[in-house]
Amino acid sequence: MGMTFAEKILARKAGLDQTVPGQIVIIEPDHLLTHDNTAAIVGKITDDLERFGVARRSMPVIALDHVVPAASEKHAVNHQTARSFAERFDLPNFYDVGTGVCHQVLMEKGHALPGRVIVGSDSHTCSYGALGVFSTGVDRTEAAALYLRGKTWLRVPETIRITLSGKLQSPVSAKDLVLTIIGDIGAAGAAYRAVEFHGAVDTLTIEERFTIANMGVEMGAKIAVFPVDAVTREYLSSIGIQDSAYEALWADGDAAYGRELTYDLGAIEPVVAAPHKVDNRKSVAELEGTKIQQVLLGTCTNGRLSDLDAAARILDGRTVSPTVRLLVLPASREIYQQAMENGTLATLSKAGGTILPPGCGPCLGAHQGCLAPGEKCLSTANRNFKGRMGCTEAEIYLASPETAAATAIHGTISDPRREVSR
Amino acid sequence: MKIWKYGDDVNTDMLFPGKYTYTCSTAEEIKPHLLEDLDPDFAAGVKPGDLVFGGTNFGCGSSREQPTLGLKAVGVEAIVAASFARIFYRSSINQGLLLVECPDAVAAYTDGDEVTLDPAAGTITVAGKAFSFPKLPPEILAIRDAGGLLPWTRAELEK
Repeated sequence: MGMTFAEKILARKAGLDQTVPGQIVIIEPDHLLTHDNTAAIVGKITDDLERFGVARRSMPVIALDHVVPAASEKHAVNHQTARSFAERFDLPNFYDVGTGVCHQVLMEKGHALPGRVIVGSDSHTCSYGALGVFSTGVDRTEAAALYLRGKTWLRVPETIRITLSGKLQSPVSAKDLVLTIIGDIGAAGAAYRAVEFHGAVDTLTIEERFTIANMGVEMGAKIAVFPVDAVTREYLSSIGIQDSAYEALWADGDAAYGRELTYDLGAIEPVVAAPHKVDNRKSVAELEGTKIQQVLLGTCTNGRLSDLDAAARILDGRTVSPTVRLLVLPASREIYQQAMENGTLATLSKAGGTILPPGCGPCLGAHQGCLAPGEKCLSTANRNFKGRMGCTEAEIYLASPETAAATAIHGTISDPRREVSR
Repeated sequence: MKIWKYGDDVNTDMLFPGKYTYTCSTAEEIKPHLLEDLDPDFAAGVKPGDLVFGGTNFGCGSSREQPTLGLKAVGVEAIVAASFARIFYRSSINQGLLLVECPDAVAAYTDGDEVTLDPAAGTITVAGKAFSFPKLPPEILAIRDAGGLLPWTRAELEK
């Protein structure tokens, strides 16, 4: 019997010939991601760090992104503590305020390489499955223990295989696909499990794969992973990573799966996750006419260049509804610069958008773009939980950048297909 | 002993609002905001030995650990749920907090039922009816029984 991706990569990391679902393995992750929470993490082990040091200096990757630039003295002190920690232990992978959202940074800076195992004290660490990485979230305490000891345990997950066929019909996007899957299997549909994507993955760009993998945790998954193919290699080459720098692996043809699903990409339609659960999927048609006061375009889910470009194509020469605040949140400085150079930021600004610095703030109600009671926000982020954007009496609808752009123009939830055919 | 019962998909934003995640890290900072957006009576009313009941996918969402750290700090004996989200499950082990994954016990419970817990035997009794729940593998149980991951890690580093 062959092995799934998860079984194979955990066997390799643990130095075993094979693993089976349910087995506990001890592994040394290639990287540990932390962000603004680095301060709280090192605060738990200040004395231990002086005594034992950092287990492997190459392991930690720190990117300050959650409340940037600092919103208060307390946040500024958090950032200062993280900086001092990186300096004190001479950690090579530290990215200061403004570089971007940690998940985008890990990818852009070449830390998320195929065949690696990465854990992070952030639930959306699963994003790097886009590049054939086994990556998953842990809590702050586990990150602290990893700094000291450099290893942890993982349970080998069962795997769900999702086979894709056909091709997405623009302006339907990867976000519509992943929201459709989550709506079908539920917010716990992949709990404790790995999700592998097979079939017509070659029709999806790395950016689209990132959006899908990013939302793996919203179906409860431990990892959501794509095979490494020509699209992956081309992306990695574009950021200066040669094929010899990584050792990709993939599931065997005769691996055993707990569940198998199939999706025809050509049949996917624009959808929205309505409040207050990510699996509360509705078609755009069902919600059309719902008044929206704020649109958030960006975040680690949909803040890449192709996302901003897609929205700009719809907003080009148009004006955002006077009853809507359009916030634009690029996922990184690199993306910000590219969108500046290709005119996308100018288009979005001229349409009435407010360009924010790269970061996470509005998505979790921590900084900028908080909502007021009774307001509704349509967001391209990954969570619509009650209170998520800072106000329990507000509502969040999740959708694609295309649907966000159409909604910003009309001030009501709108089908992007009408804008494209105009 | 009081039982605080909630439904399915209780997420970590409900257990501890995201807006406080970078200003509240210690037990004392966390306690007043525990379950703030789910049950405003919880933080003031919870007492050591109380149990929290939930449905499926308890603890889904963010990896923030204020929920598990806080619930352990206020003395919650265990969380009993039909199922748990994986980061929350892991985090509970790391904080030394007992999780009881037992859909039958959750289904059997109605308000006012007497509940007793025997972690060593892996059983929970609801209104006189006993249900067993899966125990952690020994190597993982050792972490929880050491009081959590940091005490366990320190002991390992001393070896």
